[in-house]
Amino acid sequence: MITAEQKPLQEIFGYIAPYEKILVVGCNECVTVCAAGGRKEVGLLSSALRLHSVKAGKKLEVLEHTLERQCDPEYVDQLKELAGQVDAIVSLACGCGIQTVAAQYAIPVFPGVNTKFMGASESQGIWAERCMGCGDCMLGVTGGICPVARCSKSLMNGPCGGNSSGKCEISEDVDCAWQLIWNRLVELGIQDRYEELVAAKDWRPAGGGGPRKIIREDLAASKIITEDMA
Amino acid sequence: MSNFEPEIVAFCCHYCAYTAADMAGTRRISYPSNVKIIRVPCTGKVDAIHLMKALEKGADGVYVAGCLDGDCHFKNGNLRATAHVEKIKKVLEDLGWEPERVAMMYFSAGMGEQFAQGAKEFTEKIKSLGPSPASQTVGKAV
Ligand code: SF4
Ligand code: SF4
Repeated sequence: MITAEQKPLQEIFGYIAPYEKILVVGCNECVTVCAAGGRKEVGLLSSALRLHSVKAGKKLEVLEHTLERQCDPEYVDQLKELAGQVDAIVSLACGCGIQTVAAQYAIPVFPGVNTKFMGASESQGIWAERCMGCGDCMLGVTGGICPVARCSKSLMNGPCGGNSSGKCEISEDVDCAWQLIWNRLVELGIQDRYEELVAAKDWRPAGGGGPRKIIREDLAASKIITEDMA
Repeated sequence: MSNFEPEIVAFCCHYCAYTAADMAGTRRISYPSNVKIIRVPCTGKVDAIHLMKALEKGADGVYVAGCLDGDCHFKNGNLRATAHVEKIKKVLEDLGWEPERVAMMYFSAGMGEQFAQGAKEFTEKIKSLGPSPASQTVGKAV
């Protein structure tokens, strides 16, 4: 999932300083799971903004709403009435949700979170990066461990000389991804795979070729048909 | 502000602190009437938002009273509550509020005297801090 963390409160206070009525919008998907921007966090942030305005002797009304999903225009449409009542919006969704809201409403929309990475939960309250969306997944040849996201240098044929006792040279708290890959290949009894050199990676599908887009002709076409029938 | 009587909300666990408060009552140990008790099935149920809402509605101080370390009926509810209280202390600091307005306390069901003492000390602390910024504008919540 996409992970995020709430921005420092001072930064959010700065964004909303000129406004008297704002809307805080959460999202029920990834940011709810990583406890950064779900209904609970919308409540907490709204409460903090109110307490701050009281202390600062400033007039501020805060409305709260959490959408099922913030990166689909159909859901974001549901904000129409609320957005019409406020001067600005603080969104607690990932960057995709924030941009979808900003594209649909002609009032300032501010990020309430820092979107971090695509990660998985290691245990309660701990998330770690697992994928960088390189567009050409190589987990099939690396024993299910991603060298793009988990090797500090995104090496295709590691490890480098920085591996020390299985840890990466950047920190003794970070596993060397290539050590993990090797261990896994041994575990699977396919360590001969390691002998095969991986060719230089084409980074165009990873974003090197500009902003990416997926067009599923079958789905996009059926939308046109449904619209025509309506 | 010598005649300031704070409004204090205490979230008390049914299995320990609430029973301790009860014991203080049956043993005629008095504690300040400023403290309004909300009984909860476990302090793990007291989320950060409950502390914030109490302050937002005008409480001058809020505390959570749970079981002694290792004694939680639901294993670690008291530790969760401690983490929530710590989190809200940090938020209050960022807001320019005194973090001492929220606190975590621990009692066993038999600690009626200590419960009363804790209530007294917390009330004194809040008295010394004065009314919270919100209680002055929204009036009394409880
Ligand atoms: S190889 Fe690419 S797609 Fe596969 S997990 Fe790694 S970054 Fe993600
Ligand atoms: S030590 Fe391992 S993880 Fe770190 S940069 Fe080298 S190969 Fe990558």
